[in-house]
Amino acid sequence: MKKLITTAIALMSAGLLVAACSAGDSNMSAGDSNMSKSTGENGISDNPDAWSGYQTAREGVRAMNDDDFENPVMPYVDLAANIYDSRDNKGNISCADCHGAPEDETGGRSGIPMKGVGASYPRFNADTGKPINVELQINKCREERQVEKGFKYESDEMLGMTALVNYQSRGMPVVSTAANPDDELHSAWQTGKDFYYQRRGQLDMGCNNCHEDNAENIIRAETLSQGQSNGFPTYRFKWQKPGSLHRRFRGCNKNIRAANFNYGSDEYLNLETYLAWRGRGLPVEAPAVRK
Amino acid sequence: MAVKPPRVKVPKKATKGDLVNIKTLISHKMETGNRKDKKGEKIPRLILNKFEVKFNGAEVFSADIYTAVSANPYIAFFHKAEASGTFNFTWTDDKGKSVAISADMAVS
Repeated sequence: MKKLITTAIALMSAGLLVAACSAGDSNMSAGDSNMSKSTGENGISDNPDAWSGYQTAREGVRAMNDDDFENPVMPYVDLAANIYDSRDNKGNISCADCHGAPEDETGGRSGIPMKGVGASYPRFNADTGKPINVELQINKCREERQVEKGFKYESDEMLGMTALVNYQSRGMPVVSTAANPDDELHSAWQTGKDFYYQRRGQLDMGCNNCHEDNAENIIRAETLSQGQSNGFPTYRFKWQKPGSLHRRFRGCNKNIRAANFNYGSDEYLNLETYLAWRGRGLPVEAPAVRK
Repeated sequence: MAVKPPRVKVPKKATKGDLVNIKTLISHKMETGNRKDKKGEKIPRLILNKFEVKFNGAEVFSADIYTAVSANPYIAFFHKAEASGTFNFTWTDDKGKSVAISADMAVS
């Protein structure tokens, strides 16, 4: 009997039984194929061909993605929720003091709500003249207001905080106008686009060779996605923990035997800006779960 | 590493005789002991090896966990609601360290 139970649990951890048990009680049905499609404002999208990796994910993965309890990023979100409310820092101020509760749409004292952040970043940072993403914005706040050292990229705290913030925008369409020549982010967008189509590394491949030319085709045992960024930070089974978009970039660069760049580097910020535009209209799925 | 609290999902209210689904999720690396580090030395095993659930002090579910279980174990089971009370969930790791959490359920 003992052996039987152990086997059953092993299966559950692998997410096999999970799919069978929970398909019924998730809010977003796994069969709803519109879930991962671009919608845009008023349901009209200028980017109708975009789709996220959710579309090609297996049923069990989708079930983990959709059920906020099973989603393995949620313990990180719980951890971040404690940090969000904590005044335990040199500035003696919590995130909630300025922004209100994470789900507060008025944004508390500062009038900057967390809802919508995940859908609209990266934004232009006038101080540096460069794009700024959610991770760097969190650290900017932490350094300026809380007078503490910023969280390390890829630390549990940082992953939790970005997941917590992006989670508030779940389902909202990604907004980006960076392609507009008048937009402040336009030059970053252009550099990011050049990066995207630039062949690099020993395998001499650009991002587009996989994610445009061969999206939906099989690479080894995996289905290639369009490489959209709307689900990050994403839990990957391979990582067995959530990871940031820049970790994914580094993995991609490594796979094509190219030199990778640092977390939060200008190259990746520009690329992130381009990817946000490329996936405009897609619903924010963060924190997503993928194979 | 900051400690991430485990998550449990227990219905707050249940009708007598109902089969309720209890879900638990805990963040843990579940280091198998079979991996080697960069120097070629074995990374010692560190997994959660025991999971216990007590309802009003009496054991209702327990499991011995071995290395085949992947990281961040998700364990769910059904429980027949007969009386109101408190669930106590305990996970114990190889070093004997345990994490506990409790949840209440009212049965009418």
